[in-house]
Amino acid sequence: MASLTVRDIRKSFGTVEVLKGVNLEAQSGEFVALVGPSGCGKSTLLAMIAGLETVTHGEIQIGGRTVNSVPPKDRNIAMVFQSYALYPTMTVRQNMLFGMEARGVPKPEREAALKRVSELLQIDQLLNRKPSQLSGGQRQRVAMGRALVRDPDLFLFDEPLSNLDAKLRVDMRMEIKKLHARVGKTTVYVTHDQVEAMTLASRIAVMHKGELQQFDEPQAIYDRPANLFVAGFMGSPSMNFLPGTLGSANGQPAVMLPGANGATVSLPVRLGAVQMQQRPVILGIRPEHISRDGANTNAAGGGLQARLSLPVELVEPTGAETHVVMRLGDREVTARFAPAQAPKAGETVALTLDMSQACVFDAATELAIT
Amino acid sequence: MADARAGYDPFATSGAGARTRAKIGVYIVLVLFAAYFLLPLLVVILNSFRQLPEIAQNGLIAWPRSFNLDGWYRAWNNYCVGGTCAGVQGNFYNSLKMTIPATIISTAIGALNGYILSKWRFWGSEVLFAFMTLGVFMPGQIALLPWAFILGTIGLTNSTYGLILVHTVQGLSFTTLFCRNFYVNIPDDLIKAARIDGAGFWRIFWKIILPLSPPILIVTVIWQFTGIWNEFLYGVVFTSGREQPITASLVALSTNGTNVRDYDVMSAAVLIGALPPLLIYFFGGKYFVRGLTQGAIK
Repeated sequence: MASLTVRDIRKSFGTVEVLKGVNLEAQSGEFVALVGPSGCGKSTLLAMIAGLETVTHGEIQIGGRTVNSVPPKDRNIAMVFQSYALYPTMTVRQNMLFGMEARGVPKPEREAALKRVSELLQIDQLLNRKPSQLSGGQRQRVAMGRALVRDPDLFLFDEPLSNLDAKLRVDMRMEIKKLHARVGKTTVYVTHDQVEAMTLASRIAVMHKGELQQFDEPQAIYDRPANLFVAGFMGSPSMNFLPGTLGSANGQPAVMLPGANGATVSLPVRLGAVQMQQRPVILGIRPEHISRDGANTNAAGGGLQARLSLPVELVEPTGAETHVVMRLGDREVTARFAPAQAPKAGETVALTLDMSQACVFDAATELAIT
Repeated sequence: MADARAGYDPFATSGAGARTRAKIGVYIVLVLFAAYFLLPLLVVILNSFRQLPEIAQNGLIAWPRSFNLDGWYRAWNNYCVGGTCAGVQGNFYNSLKMTIPATIISTAIGALNGYILSKWRFWGSEVLFAFMTLGVFMPGQIALLPWAFILGTIGLTNSTYGLILVHTVQGLSFTTLFCRNFYVNIPDDLIKAARIDGAGFWRIFWKIILPLSPPILIVTVIWQFTGIWNEFLYGVVFTSGREQPITASLVALSTNGTNVRDYDVMSAAVLIGALPPLLIYFFGGKYFVRGLTQGAIK
């Protein structure tokens, strides 16, 4: 097991710079998720950690050793690919033994490792099958087995669940989490799915356009996003963004929003006094921090609340909860309600906003104001 | 996906009666074309078993009224070609000695080229590949003079080994093209996974690429074998007499300076020369089509 350090990594393909100076670190045994939309550079970064892409600038260390020019096979890493990349002409057994054979591991050791891992992943029944005879979930398991069997220092996952259907994806997500808890390997996990990142990782690195946006624990990223991009990317339905002006009301900092018919809505926010000068901002409030008046709010201890009445435009039941789209001025505001409390389209509902959970972003820099 | 599995019926656009009529029409046309293409082969086969006087009497295209194997026997054993009376068997063996090694070597190098050009790309490899495929469109006669010079310089004129060299090199454009285009469809992730697993260039080739290759190797071998076996220009130009491959000796046989045309022997000799590629097509044809249409990973 080993730590991973990524220092000021840059990568260019010709004149296109896909990574613009990324710093990351994973402590020994940690589970780090790289998350971001496609094209953000997360897979390139993973390939560079694996040694499959050359490093244009910067330094990658595994277990304190700089590996910039170490070939992939000598980095003692294992990788699970989105496509699983199981060798199609080999049986599961041959797939899992391939790496150890290539490294000249003695036969008794190979067999012992195969037995240990195939039992751990419950694939010992499948050892003589070809990959084409396996289901998606089984292939996923075998791909993980192949990675585990060599006892690597570092585990790399490249969107391993995106080829599975929704239900299986949730099952396998849990399996990966359990597996990590059991073997405790340092893991870097690339995904575009923010739920996967939230559920699995001990720390999340959010990337966008080749830059690291925020690197923190999942709840911190969710509650206190560093900028507008992170706030919008993490969470589904995503955070409501309402452009307004930062000012003060009753001596308290507040955001003035354009409401219906030219009226102004003033919502109190919790900010340091330093930030009180007037300027254009974007108010961010998550759908779960909007509740109907009279409903049991789970905004315990917040205290800072605002009341609004808004017309309902659209109601989307998902079963467990109902997403309600309402109108505030020329903006849509989404809230998630318990199905029993969901209004009907066309109604006007009285709402309570938990403003202690709201975020404020500078409209120009898009950075969070705290 | 279930829809894709249900077959496509091209006649399913009209009623039952119209469908039957359309099918009959299609079959009539197909049978006519098949007969048109197969007739020359039939004539040659029939003539190879007829007796020469009977051919002379009834003409070349006629229903046989005699049967013997004399033509085959003489063509193989003792017919006189260019002053030697040993039939075409020596030339037949020449063709085998030339075709088999040239096929194997050109296919092996093509597979290796294709592997490198698809999975180990380097600066300029695409340009190199483009130049190599130019060879596919280059007529063989352009290379006649250079080859004559090279074979003369290295002392391989009038030799089967010289022809092996020529055919190996001339075939590389095709074998490389076939293999490269097949290997391009093998996911790069497999190579990446193998590299992380600790495999190098050759281990990946032997353990991962080659086991996936039978479809395209069959195509390449059939293509090369029939192409080299049937090739005639280089055989005529670079070899003579006993060193000639069978295609070249057939020409010598048909221009024999006697007045009597031994149609029975000629027919048999032509069939002897055509037999190996025909057999390959009969037994390998379905793999040929399958290999050309099927991707690398099912």
